[in-house]
Amino acid sequence: MADARGTARPQVSPINDPRWRSAIVQVLLCLVIAWLAYGAITNAADNLARARIASGFDFWNSTAGFDISQTLIPYTTQSTYGRAFWVGLLNTLLVASLGIVFATIIGFAIGILQLSKNVLVSRLAAAYVEIIRNLPLLLQLLFWYNAVLKALPNLRESITIPGGAVLNNRGLFLPRPIFGGAMDFVLAAFGLGVIGAIAFRHWARRRQALTGEQSPVFIVALSLIVVLPLVVFVAAGIPVTFEQPEMGRFNISGGIEILPEFAALLFGLSIYTAAFIAEVVRAGIQAVSQGQTEAAFSLGLRPGPTLRLIVIPQAMRVIVPPLTNQYLNLTKNSSLAVAIGYPDLVQVFTGTVLNQTGQAVEVVAITMAVYLTISLITSGLMNLYNRRFALKER
Amino acid sequence: MASANSSFVRTTPVPAMAPPERERGMVGWLRDNLLSSPINIALTLASLWLLYLIIPSLLNFLVLDATWTGHDRTACLMTPERPHVGACWPFVWERINFFTYGFYPANERWRVNIFFVLLVVGIVWLLKRRMPYKKFGAIYFFILLPIVSIMLLLGFPPLGLSYVATSLWGGIMVTVVVSAVGIVFSLPLGIILALGRRSTMPVVRLFSVIFIEFVRGVPLITVLFMASVMLPLFVPESWSPDKLLRALIGVALFAAAYMAEVVRAGLQGIPRGQYEGAEALGLGYWKMMGLIILPQALRITIPNIVNSNIALFKDTTLVFIVGIFDFLRTIEVARIDPKWATPITSTTGYAFAAIFYFLCCWMMSRYARGVETRLVTRNRRRK
Repeated sequence: MADARGTARPQVSPINDPRWRSAIVQVLLCLVIAWLAYGAITNAADNLARARIASGFDFWNSTAGFDISQTLIPYTTQSTYGRAFWVGLLNTLLVASLGIVFATIIGFAIGILQLSKNVLVSRLAAAYVEIIRNLPLLLQLLFWYNAVLKALPNLRESITIPGGAVLNNRGLFLPRPIFGGAMDFVLAAFGLGVIGAIAFRHWARRRQALTGEQSPVFIVALSLIVVLPLVVFVAAGIPVTFEQPEMGRFNISGGIEILPEFAALLFGLSIYTAAFIAEVVRAGIQAVSQGQTEAAFSLGLRPGPTLRLIVIPQAMRVIVPPLTNQYLNLTKNSSLAVAIGYPDLVQVFTGTVLNQTGQAVEVVAITMAVYLTISLITSGLMNLYNRRFALKER
Repeated sequence: MASANSSFVRTTPVPAMAPPERERGMVGWLRDNLLSSPINIALTLASLWLLYLIIPSLLNFLVLDATWTGHDRTACLMTPERPHVGACWPFVWERINFFTYGFYPANERWRVNIFFVLLVVGIVWLLKRRMPYKKFGAIYFFILLPIVSIMLLLGFPPLGLSYVATSLWGGIMVTVVVSAVGIVFSLPLGIILALGRRSTMPVVRLFSVIFIEFVRGVPLITVLFMASVMLPLFVPESWSPDKLLRALIGVALFAAAYMAEVVRAGLQGIPRGQYEGAEALGLGYWKMMGLIILPQALRITIPNIVNSNIALFKDTTLVFIVGIFDFLRTIEVARIDPKWATPITSTTGYAFAAIFYFLCCWMMSRYARGVETRLVTRNRRRK
């Protein structure tokens, strides 16, 4: 500042000079943290040596010797700890991705219902949000698992659901579809339908740009993608059979088995996160000013296109960032699986593997690295989205 | 006689007619809100059906069919005379001390009660408007109360308070201790981290960002696991921190990272002019922050601080997973007790826990909303 006027900078003692001060503070901070880290590492090495725990990642290829109740990839008690890690990670990703789908559907529905003019409906939706948000997720999971699913009748008194499904306290057993060879034609028809729909949409856009005439894109696309494969499916003689779950003396064999642990976790996570998503959606829609709707009406747009072309695109700009946060929260919360015994990453790896190997540092570090990677990828994608769609103001 | 082209103009306005009968009152309201279109009618019917499903069964379970007296499971069993049984309240009455104090010695429980009273005094002092000496309230809550509480709960032999190991602590008391520690430590730590994140010193900023993003990127469970299995490894063997203390450290660090982001949002809400004004007065960094910026930033973030405390209060249930005997854990232990084992014991336990957690969180969120409306109206008046 003083330099700008051409006068010499006044001499300040280094203690009071902000540049010196900040340099000293930063060096001190680095030293303190380095000292803490050094202390932690030497202590850990001492403690591990005393407890005779090997360090390093050699355990990764040793035989695990425990069983896992739900596996998406082949796994036996002879598999390695590394294999167990992948089983756990895939189970986490499965429950998280299904949870995200369900939570989004329920959340958007409740969020929109909260804005309904119908007082009864909006109050009910608000009550759902208020109650679910104010109860701990763990309590809800324990409730669904212990008080609802584990309280279902036992094997002998299983509830049979029309269509061949069986429900008891060991889980839900669904018929497993087995597709015949003619299914290939149906898949081919579906592929052709998708390509046709994209081509038709492209053609319709060009036609509208040239002549101004609109074409029924939605109905044509729907019939190409859904109706065409359906017709082929029926024409091919319905090439699908179901493997019904068979009630044995001690167990149920065949069919698709959905474990109560999985069901409780999926149910609890979806219902809990949906309450938060509902608030995000409500706030997002309310953030679009009423004037936008009025302007669209005055231009002659009907309510449907107004919602689709004017309100929702602007609301999405407000909704998407907190929505991604909720998706992340759901993924992180799936680690509560450990409380009800669903074999997710934390239960399998940080629970069983850690207990068996005692290699706390490596196991906890890997688990944290996985969740951090998921978080960083998500926030990276989010930043890309924001850069593309953020409101550009002058 | 008037000429043909003369016209009559009223000099007084015609009194407004009442709106049509069916637009008014009960009927109008019903037509407007519940029956305005076919979809609306369908939604109304669906809601009524939902209410019909939920309310009577909830009322039956909690009140009408519930058992109110008894000494063991036989009172709550389904019998031919009582085909419908609701909540088993005698189970909760008998276990209420266990739910509140865990295994804390019975003749020392008055100490826990005093702790509860002191805590409530602190909370009311800080949160209620127009309470005198707010500054002393803050000193009381953030410095005095923690020291007195440790002496009371853990014991202080010079004053005749015998030592009670933390392994005997349990129930609501532990839930309150864990959340209180989280809240008391997360605010100052969070402020420091938030200031660090906005600092001009690159090293300070880097460490703050790494800590905040690292803790926020992983689930609380893994932070707790880290505190409970890795912390003992990182310190000399002779220290070997207590199990509860490890969980408390984990919760405090976790809450601090979230609080840092809340405070940062508040700091960003303060206009530049405030900083410039403080600098123009010649205030240094700490005086500027302590006297001008932080008081304003914290005031506008009170609702968010309370919301973050609600989340923390719910999240404290997770200490159950690393083996701390909190309220939820006492419910889990009590519900499988053979003395009370009936088909509805679990549901009763969970219903009791749900009522407790809901009331606590709901009151906090009411408070946050109240502050929010107050801030909005005050800002509006100033314009």
